[in-house]
Amino acid sequence: MAKQIPLVDYLALEPEPHLVAHECTGCGARFFDRRNACAGCFGTEFRDADVATTGELRAFTIVSLAAPGIPVPFVAGVIDCDGTSVRANVLNVPADPDHVQVGMKVRLVTAAIGTDAEGTEAIGFGFEPLEGASNGR
Amino acid sequence: MAAEDVWILGISMTKFGKHPDKDTVDLAAEATMAALADGGVTMRDVGILAAGNLMGGGLGIGQAIQKQVGQTGIPVYNVSNACATGATALRTAIMSVKAGECDMGLAVGVEKLAGAGLLAGGARGADKDTWTPSGRYGAVAPVDGRIGTETMPGVFAQIGMEYGHRYGGVDFELFAKISEKNHAHSTLNPLASYQKRFTLEEIMNDVMIAYPNTRPMCSANCDGAAAAVVVNDTKLKTLSLEQRRRAVKVAASVLTTDPWEEACQILPNVNTLTRNAAAQAYEKAGIGPGDLDLVELHDCFATAELVHYDNLMLCEPGGAVEFFESGATWRDGSTPVNVSGGLESKGHPIAATGIANVWEVCHHLRGEAGDRQIEGAKVGLAHVIGLGSACGVHILEKAA
Repeated sequence: MAKQIPLVDYLALEPEPHLVAHECTGCGARFFDRRNACAGCFGTEFRDADVATTGELRAFTIVSLAAPGIPVPFVAGVIDCDGTSVRANVLNVPADPDHVQVGMKVRLVTAAIGTDAEGTEAIGFGFEPLEGASNGR
Repeated sequence: MAAEDVWILGISMTKFGKHPDKDTVDLAAEATMAALADGGVTMRDVGILAAGNLMGGGLGIGQAIQKQVGQTGIPVYNVSNACATGATALRTAIMSVKAGECDMGLAVGVEKLAGAGLLAGGARGADKDTWTPSGRYGAVAPVDGRIGTETMPGVFAQIGMEYGHRYGGVDFELFAKISEKNHAHSTLNPLASYQKRFTLEEIMNDVMIAYPNTRPMCSANCDGAAAAVVVNDTKLKTLSLEQRRRAVKVAASVLTTDPWEEACQILPNVNTLTRNAAAQAYEKAGIGPGDLDLVELHDCFATAELVHYDNLMLCEPGGAVEFFESGATWRDGSTPVNVSGGLESKGHPIAATGIANVWEVCHHLRGEAGDRQIEGAKVGLAHVIGLGSACGVHILEKAA
């Protein structure tokens, strides 16, 4: 199998794909970026915390105008993963308001971004509807 | 001793729209000289200048303005606070006067954006030959479009949809109706970029930018400038009866940022900091939302206007949809909102917006708003949001 690398460092590919947050040991606030301190309580101790791989779509948009090179339309949204909010695209669903609704249950999926000159494949992530996701739509 | 009250003595905005023959300095100078003339003063009277020009490349816009309209050696503060830049400039001048550093301050905001497209997320870097993690997320490639969207229409679309998720009753047509209102209002504003009334069908069938925001539901990129002269009580008392009569009291000037909350670094939370700013402003002004005769709020997108009805406490928590559907925010309603046409039709020359909103409110409080005058207006509120975030709220009161 070709070597793989996650699109972002908070996406863990093993053992099963999931997101890993930096969780403040003082107040439990979760962040996905490299931290200097906690924005909530100013603490400086963090631990890795696995984020739930299923959640509920809390907000979305269907982007029709984006930078050149970005395929449109696509669904961008915010997923509430058991109390941790995650920004992601909604994948494997037609990009129209008849098929995407706030409140829908979704699960984490990975998607290949492309392979670089050294043969390494970059792997991104998104969320797909839990209902009817695998019926060939 | 309590700090003295601060007053808007002179204020102006240029026509918003396309000004191909004027640069930012021309527009800023035009607004500045008009504000000084409106206040009946000159650059000689001004003790501090705060100026903003967000997208202009970082040169000192304040000093460039001075070089055209009057160099008197006063301190200049060039400020930058996203879409709250104009309000930040105004507040900087107000703070300086309030602190007693000078009797009179000047704030200017200017932008040239006519013809600009997406202001964020409009370009994405190319993928590298080899995937190499970089940045605070260790990303091996640009993430815009791969992990959500960086475009403003898309971000604010989600903010409106999230409100719908929390409280229900929200759909595409509702947001389009908000846009219909603001475009209808704009027909009475000769300084608006666009003064065209659209039908609901035209708005809904226009080009989709980021569902549910179609093109007319997005703020209009345009050129424009606005400027304000502020003065303290002591100085105002020495001025003419006419100057005192037209002066507008700054009952509250507030700037807030996000207190940390879950999700605020995932999708910008424009709600909490606006709610905090509004609460502080009402407290300082000693009034409540029910006392407002008009509101200019930051309708950078139709989806944003809805949530700010709630954030500014113009309605009960969760009641924004019902509030709008009641007709309250039309110019003949109980709380007219964006009678200028709002950012969707008046236009949004970013750094000018936070002063132009105050100008609109002052115009009504002075009884000088012509065809679009809200009769008997005594108190108004101007609100802006800059993503990142910064929220400016000013409450203005007619001179007694």
